[in-house]
Amino acid sequence: MALALVSLTAGSQTPAQQTPATPPPQQPSEVNVPIISGEPGAPPRFAVPDFLALSPDTETAAIAKTIGQVLWDDLNFEREFAMIPRDTYATIPVAASINDVPFDRWRELNADAVLIGTVQKIGNRVHVEARLFNLKTRQSVFGKGYDGSAATPRVFAHTIADEVFQQQRALHGVALTKLTFDSDRDGERMTGTVEKRNVKEIYISDYDGENQRRVTTGRSLNITPRWSPDGRAIAYTSYRHGPGNIFISNIYQGTLEELTKGSSESWLPAWSPDGTRVAFSSPRDGNAEIYVVNRDGSNLRRITNNPAIDTTPTWSPSGTQIAFVSDRSGTPQIYIVGADGLGLQKVTSEAYADRPTWSPAPYNEIAFTARTGPGNDIKVKDLASGQVRQLTFGEGTNESPAFAPNGRHIAFMSTRSGKSQIFIMARDGKNVKQVTKSGNNYQPDWSK
Amino acid sequence: MRFRLPSSTAALVVLTVLTVAAAACHKNKPPVVRPAPPPPSSGAAGERPPAPPEPVPEPAVVPPEPVKEDAIASASLDDLNRNSPLQPLFFEYDSSEVSAAGQATLNADAALLKKYPTWTVTIEGHCDERGTAEYNLALGERRAVAARTYLVSLGISADRLRTVSYGKEFPFDPGHDESAYAKNRRAHFVITSK
Repeated sequence: MALALVSLTAGSQTPAQQTPATPPPQQPSEVNVPIISGEPGAPPRFAVPDFLALSPDTETAAIAKTIGQVLWDDLNFEREFAMIPRDTYATIPVAASINDVPFDRWRELNADAVLIGTVQKIGNRVHVEARLFNLKTRQSVFGKGYDGSAATPRVFAHTIADEVFQQQRALHGVALTKLTFDSDRDGERMTGTVEKRNVKEIYISDYDGENQRRVTTGRSLNITPRWSPDGRAIAYTSYRHGPGNIFISNIYQGTLEELTKGSSESWLPAWSPDGTRVAFSSPRDGNAEIYVVNRDGSNLRRITNNPAIDTTPTWSPSGTQIAFVSDRSGTPQIYIVGADGLGLQKVTSEAYADRPTWSPAPYNEIAFTARTGPGNDIKVKDLASGQVRQLTFGEGTNESPAFAPNGRHIAFMSTRSGKSQIFIMARDGKNVKQVTKSGNNYQPDWSK
Repeated sequence: MRFRLPSSTAALVVLTVLTVAAAACHKNKPPVVRPAPPPPSSGAAGERPPAPPEPVPEPAVVPPEPVKEDAIASASLDDLNRNSPLQPLFFEYDSSEVSAAGQATLNADAALLKKYPTWTVTIEGHCDERGTAEYNLALGERRAVAARTYLVSLGISADRLRTVSYGKEFPFDPGHDESAYAKNRRAHFVITSK
């Protein structure tokens, strides 16, 4: 069996995999209360200047600047805080220490809160302190220290952002999550009897598109990647042995498992929420049906049984149901069935619908690709109300939605900028951001 | 929907038909039980009855065709598949139905597969770009299976015919119009061993 090479550096794995040390809050005066805006109903105004470099070298200065910038972006992403643009406070002097904050200057900006921090280099590691001040009370409401690799300053910022979201908003932030997608950016061609066929490989990136890395070297068609719930493996469809089959790449160990084998094809894996099972589509019994198999390849069972195409499965957040696509009504539409194969329901009545993705709680929605013209757009169906809302509107074709683990964002593929690229947007369709630029990129999935 | 074959393809169809016709005149299998094998039909001179009064001009026996036939028999897999003698089967939009024209194509393909009984073939199912990438995996597979089912009904052993679906991953024509779409909705034959 060939190995999937993972080009992750050791330095980048460590902080992502082990949460930085979190000593207890350092000031007894800290009060864990949400910072609110002076104007009722408005989000509190936050400032995040560069962190303060406590070591005199240029590397520490660069780390301090990066953490400030990335933290601002991360905190801006959830639209819970009104982030004050960083260039408007470039004139405010950097505090001499974390205990010497020029509160009056920050209040002049009409800020409700300022998040400041320090960076100290210790060998090839850094110690980072972060403190969130309520500018009305001048009290620190959040204070933590972190130790980690100097090579990955963004991980410090992502960690701080998610903890601030948790503390201030009881919100599961996604700053430490990752995307996976397939890409033809390497421009490699398949070897064999047929020419002019582009290789596609599986890539991962941070949620904001940074740190894009290839995780397969199959030199064949590798598509439809899906994160395992623990974020340590990616299941995908690979044609490396001829027919499409499901492979699982353990990206931090660099090992590869063949979940399905043989000449009957299998495509489109989808992990159960507990990571113990994988649903997929296969024509092994004559036409495409939905199957579920244990992660170790045992206990294969068939979920659907219909002469029509049944494909593109996804699990409900509880793991008790599977949404999938069938053309049993004449056109491809989304259906839901119990994981035991019982209780079929039709979900969509579109011209053409594919690629369901089920939002996590508290939302109970299925996003999908819907034909809206010559191209497709992303739509969302609220399963409680039955309401369908459309999130994209004919800018190129828009396909393959995938919910962020907090349900507040959707990754998708769009051709709106020319080639096929990965974008992310808020669940209301706003704040669209392009996260890939190189080559063509398809079929994103968002880690838990 | 009408699609136009490139002229080289059309020529190849003609050539394929000629080849099949020529094959019918030639021996199919070497006789195994006869003690003395007959001489090869191309070197017929020695076996002819002696001296016909008037040497009827031999019907200028087809020099190009046997050459071509040898070319198919002796070509490498790569060369064969680059200009495959097995013609692709084309489909209507979102359909896996084998049309009358498609049946004619498959009849010719089946004749070739009978002529070269050692060939094994992978039938690739392909789709145009308008469907979604995910759904097209299943649609392409249905097209490949439709081609295989028809060939099996003509007597080709299913063991020789594998199927694979590439959905819309490998378009033959990168264009974004109906003429490109028509070329990309196909069951495509790749000879994998001979």
